[in-house]
Amino acid sequence: MTVLARGIEVGRRYGDVLALDRVSLDIRAGELVGLLGPNGAGKSTLINLFVGLRRPTSGTVELFGGSPSDPVVRRGIGVTPQETGLPESLRVGEIVDFVCAHFPERYGTAELLARFGLGDLARRQVGGLSGGQRRRLAVALAFAGRPRLVFLDEPTTGLDVEARRTLWEGIRSFHADGGTVVLTSHYLEEIEALAQRVVVIGRGRVLADGTVRAVRDVVGVRRVSFAAPAVPDVPGILRSSVEDGRVHLLTTDSDRLVTELVRAGTAFADLEVRPTSLEEAFITITSKEDTRV
Amino acid sequence: MSSLTLTHLRYQFLEQLRVPISLVASAFFPAAAMLAFVVPFTGADPASATSATAGMMLFGAMSSALIGLSIGVAQDRERPWDPYLRTLPAGPLPRFAGRILTTMIGMVLSVVPVLLISAFLTAATISPPRLVLGIGALLVGSVPFMLMGLFIGYAVSSKAAIAVSQVAYFPIAALGGLLVPLEVMPGFVRSLAPFVPSRGAIELMWAAVAGRAPSPVSVVAFAAWSVLAGAAATWAYRRDEGRFS
Repeated sequence: MTVLARGIEVGRRYGDVLALDRVSLDIRAGELVGLLGPNGAGKSTLINLFVGLRRPTSGTVELFGGSPSDPVVRRGIGVTPQETGLPESLRVGEIVDFVCAHFPERYGTAELLARFGLGDLARRQVGGLSGGQRRRLAVALAFAGRPRLVFLDEPTTGLDVEARRTLWEGIRSFHADGGTVVLTSHYLEEIEALAQRVVVIGRGRVLADGTVRAVRDVVGVRRVSFAAPAVPDVPGILRSSVEDGRVHLLTTDSDRLVTELVRAGTAFADLEVRPTSLEEAFITITSKEDTRV
Repeated sequence: MSSLTLTHLRYQFLEQLRVPISLVASAFFPAAAMLAFVVPFTGADPASATSATAGMMLFGAMSSALIGLSIGVAQDRERPWDPYLRTLPAGPLPRFAGRILTTMIGMVLSVVPVLLISAFLTAATISPPRLVLGIGALLVGSVPFMLMGLFIGYAVSSKAAIAVSQVAYFPIAALGGLLVPLEVMPGFVRSLAPFVPSRGAIELMWAAVAGRAPSPVSVVAFAAWSVLAGAAATWAYRRDEGRFS
């Protein structure tokens, strides 16, 4: 498959801080990639390198086989601005016209606005929009130039459930038409719902890269839960919590944990063993990284 | 001019028109100074009224160049919209050219009230070709002030830019003899005046509107200030770019 964006051994330093440490990553045509990682992990730095906002301190970043700092190369990408920065005094339609003017192939303003549920707002000044409307406008701008590859940074933050679903539909239909998407999100649910491939970034490195399922399995984390008054003292527990009289344990070896529970003579009832959610896998991967450093 | 530059010009100008306070401010001060100083004291004499009008035009243009441009640049740098624009498929030129052209349009608009007051309330006279020449000299004369505005805008935050540009604005204008003629100023001001950039700028304007020969010292000082301000603006711009590279 064609590689649209590629990082080879990319390092990026800000003074003494190493934001990215020899990251290699390919984004292939037609993929829908979710970038996950805690704040300060290096997600934004990685995206800033791909969209030409910053240059790597070491290694190479390629976009469509060229350099992201070349304006012509950037015709193929779409980026979401932060909605807090949209020019307040311009009208919605004017901002879309302005952004579209930079691209040789582009959407008609009316069509783009309709697609993102903003059709009635073309004549409204940005200063008068609600937070959710600004967010949708910001995401719409990423698609203005009919990009092959879009970078969506937290596209649905601050949206209500219905608006979020509408936006998901928009992203899915872009992807179904052959578009490639790289998305970051605080909502793991969102990555699980949209992405086929998940890249977990922590401390400037790629910690895991695979399908949602593979990322869950790579850590092999299982959730063992049962009714008991307190967390028993047995080996092999990564994290534990007690909720409404049920104990929840995360472990990489559920068979052994259950054996240990029985051996220790722990009183428990209503035992349940199931795969973790992506969120749990994510916490485990990044906290493992913490313990290693 | 590329069509992208025109696009940037169009939307930057629209933004300025929708929040016209800076346009109003640059037009208000020279108009007020015109009514306070020129009309009552030199309004009756055609030659001095014409020179004084040119001084007030430059006073207004300096406000757009020095204050308007520095605050505009500093504010844009602080908005997250600026990094977004850098991801669009265009180099820095269209935005930069758009900003300079928007400032020049603002300058020309800000002198309109001064010209109207001069035409109706004073004895100042000018032929149409000399007026066109004078507007041209105004734009040339504003170059060092635009470069200073860019320097301040790229070097400091928007809050600091407001203060720094205002502090620079009035002394430079007064020392050059734009507000009141140098003849009524104290001796040290008169000896300093030839070396401030506003003096060279106003002498260029007087050459354009009245055919008066400019003082060579002031014109050389004007050119030197332009080079210096250009170097400072380039330095500050590069330093700012460095944060993104």
